[in-house]
Amino acid sequence: MLSKRIIPCLDVRNGKTTKGVKFKENLDIGDPVEMARFYYEQGADEIVFYDITASSDRRDIMIDVVRRVAEEIFIPFSVGGGLRTLEDMRRVLLAGAEKVSVNTAAIQNPEIIAEGARAFGSQCIVLGMDVKKVASSPGIPSGYEMVIHGGRTYTGLDALSWARRAEALGAGEICLNSIDADGTQQGYELSLTRLISENVGIPVIASGGAGKVDHVYEVLTAGKADAALVASIVHYGTYTIREIKEVLHQGGVKVRRTWI
Amino acid sequence: MIAVIDYRAGNLKSVERSLKKLEFSCCVTQDRKEILNASRVIFPGVGAAGKAMSDLRHLGLDRALSEAFEDGKPILGICLGAQIILEKSEENRTPCLGLMNGMVRSFPNPLVAAATGERFKIPHMGWNGIRLLRKHPVMEGVKQTDEFYFVHSYYPMPASERQVIAVSEHGIEFPSVIGFRNLVAMQFHPEKSGHAGLRVLKNFCTWNGQHVE
Repeated sequence: MLSKRIIPCLDVRNGKTTKGVKFKENLDIGDPVEMARFYYEQGADEIVFYDITASSDRRDIMIDVVRRVAEEIFIPFSVGGGLRTLEDMRRVLLAGAEKVSVNTAAIQNPEIIAEGARAFGSQCIVLGMDVKKVASSPGIPSGYEMVIHGGRTYTGLDALSWARRAEALGAGEICLNSIDADGTQQGYELSLTRLISENVGIPVIASGGAGKVDHVYEVLTAGKADAALVASIVHYGTYTIREIKEVLHQGGVKVRRTWI
Repeated sequence: MIAVIDYRAGNLKSVERSLKKLEFSCCVTQDRKEILNASRVIFPGVGAAGKAMSDLRHLGLDRALSEAFEDGKPILGICLGAQIILEKSEENRTPCLGLMNGMVRSFPNPLVAAATGERFKIPHMGWNGIRLLRKHPVMEGVKQTDEFYFVHSYYPMPASERQVIAVSEHGIEFPSVIGFRNLVAMQFHPEKSGHAGLRVLKNFCTWNGQHVE
């Protein structure tokens, strides 16, 4: 049986992680390569990088980060943020990423999903979804709407129908971020996660809201997620990945437990 | 020197990088001579069987692989490379290399557990365990609890059960490591499977190609 995956997420700007991160060992690390290696050795099942570099002429810095990460860690990792074209994807994959994720670019041009899947295989193409809860309406029957620009712009797209369409276009996985839950540390949006996961045939990574290890347990059980993205709760040293996995294991969730 | 066969099918860099980490020298190549001069051969690949087979034939690498196999060189098939070494694939009924007798099968879709009604997603993607059925030098030191990274919708099914080294479970039980003479092949990606995967790769890099079935 597949293990549920625990995936630390690193935001990178101009080649540095956006927050210097305090681990239990009291290290302060801002280098994405060092952090990736740290989480790899701790038992992360995969790593997600978001490049939030504002100016496109500095994107080469991220390619260099990807290349260095690929030399250090031997688990899959994905890169998202600012990828708009097939050529953008190709550069990241050639530099050593296993997957690329597209979000706004796919809403603006859904064909990029199909083109990416044809060129590199569906398993490489992750659809990033930023979702907000809204009143259910004929246009948004699921009551969840796709948003962009960090949640400031509503797109008029229903989250469930967009997820299904992206799957049909060839997305291999969905990284589902609840803007409402993101940053609250009050738990993942379980009903959203469950809704999407039960209605697509591709894996769903839940994102946004983890504040304690019980939240991770809930989203992988009641929320039906295949994987959980974790940020603050590991970056701030609240839990190690080993501790999270130990609790999950005790609760009967299958996780990968040996990695040394 | 280890030859990593390049037939434009997927991320060869990751195999190359993991060998570098393990301090084995390798060349990524589509040159027949280089393959035949190598001490051992790694045959990776992701993507569709049909495209892979036509690219291999176009580059003349189907014959190079057969020759390397007949020479007794240790050969490692990874993912798609663990499939198209068999005779034929259910993926568009593609005729394959036939280094080993058997078929490439697809997971039933939808894949539903009879007992629980649970639906298993296809492709089988993520970390899964393996259950070793018999010893093989390349799997030496692998722990019962080790897991490996899989991404696939098809799996190899050798004609002889004796050639199944390990099995894994995803709705059904399927062969995840197979071996025949100097050929060993795994459905998962050892180069993406952390320390457990690196151990398997290292074992392959020092294997003499002998294996008692």
